[in-house]
Amino acid sequence: MSLSNSFWRQLPWLLLALIGACALGVVALRRGEAVNAIWLVMAAVSLYLVAYRYYSLFIARRVMQLDPLRATPAVTHNDGLDYVPTNKHVLFGHHFAAIAGAGPLVGPVLAAQMGYLPGTLWLIAGVVLAGAVQDFMVLFISTRRDGRSLGEIVREEMGPVAGTIALFGCFLIMVIILAVLSLIVVKALADSPWGMFTVIATVPIATFMGLYMRYLRPGRIGEISLIGVVLLLGSIWLGGAIAADSYWAEVFTFSGVQITWMLIGYGFVAAVLPVWLILAPRDYLSTFLKIGTIVALAIGIIIVMPELKMPATTQFIDGNGPVWKGSLFPFLFITIACGAVSGFHALIASGTTPKLLASEGHMRYIGYGGMLMESFVAIMAMVAAAVIEPGIYFAMNSPAAIVGADAVSVAATVSSWGFVITPEALESVARDIGETTILARAGGAPTLAVGIAQILHSALPSFNSMAFWYHFAILFEALFILTAVDAGTRAGRFMLQDLLGNFAPALRRTDSWLANILATAGCVALWGYLLYQGVVDPLGGINTLWPLFGISNQMLAAIALMLATVVLIKMKRQQYIWVTLLPTLWLLLCTTVASLQKIFHTDPGIGFVALASRYQTALEKGQLLAPASSSSEMQHIIFNAWTNTALSVLFLLVVFSILFYALRTGLHAWRSPVRSDRETPPIPLPAETAS
Amino acid sequence: MIWERIVRTGRLLRQAAHLMVGQPDYDTYVAHMRAQHPDREPMSYEAFFRERQQARYGGGKGRPVRCC
Repeated sequence: MSLSNSFWRQLPWLLLALIGACALGVVALRRGEAVNAIWLVMAAVSLYLVAYRYYSLFIARRVMQLDPLRATPAVTHNDGLDYVPTNKHVLFGHHFAAIAGAGPLVGPVLAAQMGYLPGTLWLIAGVVLAGAVQDFMVLFISTRRDGRSLGEIVREEMGPVAGTIALFGCFLIMVIILAVLSLIVVKALADSPWGMFTVIATVPIATFMGLYMRYLRPGRIGEISLIGVVLLLGSIWLGGAIAADSYWAEVFTFSGVQITWMLIGYGFVAAVLPVWLILAPRDYLSTFLKIGTIVALAIGIIIVMPELKMPATTQFIDGNGPVWKGSLFPFLFITIACGAVSGFHALIASGTTPKLLASEGHMRYIGYGGMLMESFVAIMAMVAAAVIEPGIYFAMNSPAAIVGADAVSVAATVSSWGFVITPEALESVARDIGETTILARAGGAPTLAVGIAQILHSALPSFNSMAFWYHFAILFEALFILTAVDAGTRAGRFMLQDLLGNFAPALRRTDSWLANILATAGCVALWGYLLYQGVVDPLGGINTLWPLFGISNQMLAAIALMLATVVLIKMKRQQYIWVTLLPTLWLLLCTTVASLQKIFHTDPGIGFVALASRYQTALEKGQLLAPASSSSEMQHIIFNAWTNTALSVLFLLVVFSILFYALRTGLHAWRSPVRSDRETPPIPLPAETAS
Repeated sequence: MIWERIVRTGRLLRQAAHLMVGQPDYDTYVAHMRAQHPDREPMSYEAFFRERQQARYGGGKGRPVRCC
């Protein structure tokens, strides 16, 4: 009786798993005819649901042994402000808005150079077995420790040295993230008066909103955000008029280097202004626009049901792709990063979310489910990149050093790879999106914007033009990247003050103007330097910085998963450590191989040392190597290569020292016959809340 | 009946939108203060709003407000 009962309950899930498997089969095996994007979405969604139903339930019941009757920090420390038991759907929205950013959108776009299949497979497998497990585990560990942060937990469970190293690693990652995100903005806005105008317009719009919320009608978030969105849409419309006008187009046309200096200046000024003036209001705009666009894109894909133009796999899985160099293993995994596993989420899952969790029973939905949602966003980004003609995709993303700088030579080179495209087609796409050119727009954002514009324009053909949607998508990405730059510089400043405070205690005082300005300047200088070298890099910058970003992000994930493994051993749940140990080992393998290749690979396109020595040898012989056109540019390339080598070495040192401490603590705890973790003692839920 | 559900869903959506930008529910805060700390006057909505804004963006350790 009970057997048949349970069989009937499992049946729908079995069917769902079958649907997922069939959809994946279509995506993976159909060759020579176009595959519809719906198959991809169906495969992903059904496999996510099955994994959620079974694997996350297994983790919740057996590995974590969650107890819905145990009081969470939100209940025990309830203060109505930081600690508030919150409705689980409301908290899901909060958590998702905090983890979703530019990463899951850009990674899949760059990964599409190998075709849509390898990236899609990793997005699905990676999130189910690694990414969502990491988020869920960190949320669990932090909730059981009064919502403490990742750094504090590492310190408590693995010792103070490991804690400081982890903090240093976080700071490095922050700097790289700020540099690479800014680079994406620069690449999207260079020589684009329309895009530049709309992004500049966000500053007065945000300031107006800030003043309105501060003095006119304090705290009316809803109405002012609505006004802000209307003003933003107006600025996109006005930007079109500006780009069409020869005088004003000239005024708002800036080169990459000019935009870089503006961003650096802006980053410094914005980080010392009061938060209510620009940062907060722009964050409101970017958050609501982000959620709105993600929802619109999902609806758009379902309505339009576009066909994927990109082949399932391209010849570039051999590692010689124009967008980024390196073989499928490990670089595909490094490139995809956030949509499958994102180390940064460990900071969010140990930040505000655990302090708002009403019950341990909600943890699975928010931790595991939130990350599945993020991966779904990455799948949509993959769809957006794959619905574009591959010829256009490669023309936009290949550096001029490889494909040439004018439409004729780009079209010829890209066509010779088998992705047939004419110069006229390239120019007509540029005209459609209201730009003068689409060449050398690496960085993912413009490509994604073209994909989004295609989907939204075919979903609503009579409402506005392609160009409007393109600039809408660029603005939406630029908005939350700028917010990240602003907020990240502030957060980086505090991290730097904390780190330097170990050596000069005076620098730790956050109320001292001098210490603040020094730390802000230090933080801006670090990311600004990396950004500048990326912008002037004749090879395009993205193909250097993005792998560094991917490596650092995946290393942070490895650190979080190592912590989770150590905690499981300390809890004496050794029989389940494979849940976190397997993804840890995979991430350690990927990041170590990738960093070693980035340092030592003999191909100068991949290895920094090989690149430096190639240019050094040429320089000594008095030769100039393309794309450098002067000896100072040669010097520049050599110096950058050594900087990037040093960064890769630093990452390796950080991750291996954490590994050392994890092994030491883990082995010690394994031998111990009793639990040795530092969980706060359980408090039963008060009777009135439990009911 | 159905009307109640719509009102409830609308209120949850509003709460979600506010929490996404770091503003917890004000009514919950006031209810908490009245129940747990009847001796203290709860902050006005304006003061509450400013306090939360500063707490979210003003920085401090372990407060990254967003992801990459």
